[in-house]
Amino acid sequence: MQVPILKQRDYLIASIQAALTDADLLQLRDALVSQVGTYRSRGVIVDVTALDVMDSFAVRTLRDLAHMIRLRGAETVIVGIQPEVSFAMVQLGLTLEGVSTALDLEEGLAYLDKKLRITAPPPVKRRG
Amino acid sequence: MPSQKTTVPVNADIDIVTARQKGRELARDLGFTSTDLALIATAISELARNIILYANTGEIVLSVVENGTRRGLKVVARDDGPGIPDIERALEEGFSTSRSLGLGLSGVRRLMDEFDIVSEVGNGTTVTVKKWRL
Repeated sequence: MQVPILKQRDYLIASIQAALTDADLLQLRDALVSQVGTYRSRGVIVDVTALDVMDSFAVRTLRDLAHMIRLRGAETVIVGIQPEVSFAMVQLGLTLEGVSTALDLEEGLAYLDKKLRITAPPPVKRRG
Repeated sequence: MPSQKTTVPVNADIDIVTARQKGRELARDLGFTSTDLALIATAISELARNIILYANTGEIVLSVVENGTRRGLKVVARDDGPGIPDIERALEEGFSTSRSLGLGLSGVRRLMDEFDIVSEVGNGTTVTVKKWRL
């Protein structure tokens, strides 16, 4: 089952809808890494809210995805890791080192907005 | 309460998903907490992936076990693959001969309450794990 990828402003949003096979995960990784170039996206959000399991393969693939996208010049944030999933990951010793995470889609967008904001020039000082 | 065995053949990566979903359903019927459901499903996923990685084909057998008043879920992961030459080493933290796994069997052991492995070179591997309801 393919994951739909939405383009919104400078971002790509991949919303995982159901359990994914290993092949689906790899397909998602490659599609995002490629589309970052196609759409000149600056940020990628992967929403994993629907995943009730994140095993070693899923975690490793998401970590690879984030690192590959960083090499392409964009930022990735993984959003929606469920409480039980986070517990299982910690028990297994799985980490998403070097990968940004956020509570949900809204927080993910806010994170990217903040992280990617072009530093505005200092305001012109007015006299009087 | 179903007491029969559920056997899931494991031959392709889609079977990993099927095995962990069936295990989760059975565990839910047994009344496990949502946290335990995640641990059980993750353990089954790792065991099923081991079958694909090392033996190509095998099966996951799910069943209900009882010990006095306690009930639990038993998962047997069986394959006729090459077997594990050094089980002690395979159980070391973080040991894996495959590039795809950073955790292997030690991780599965941490997720479950009981863990048993029988393996013979040339004769396959059987991993049996149990999770008891609190």
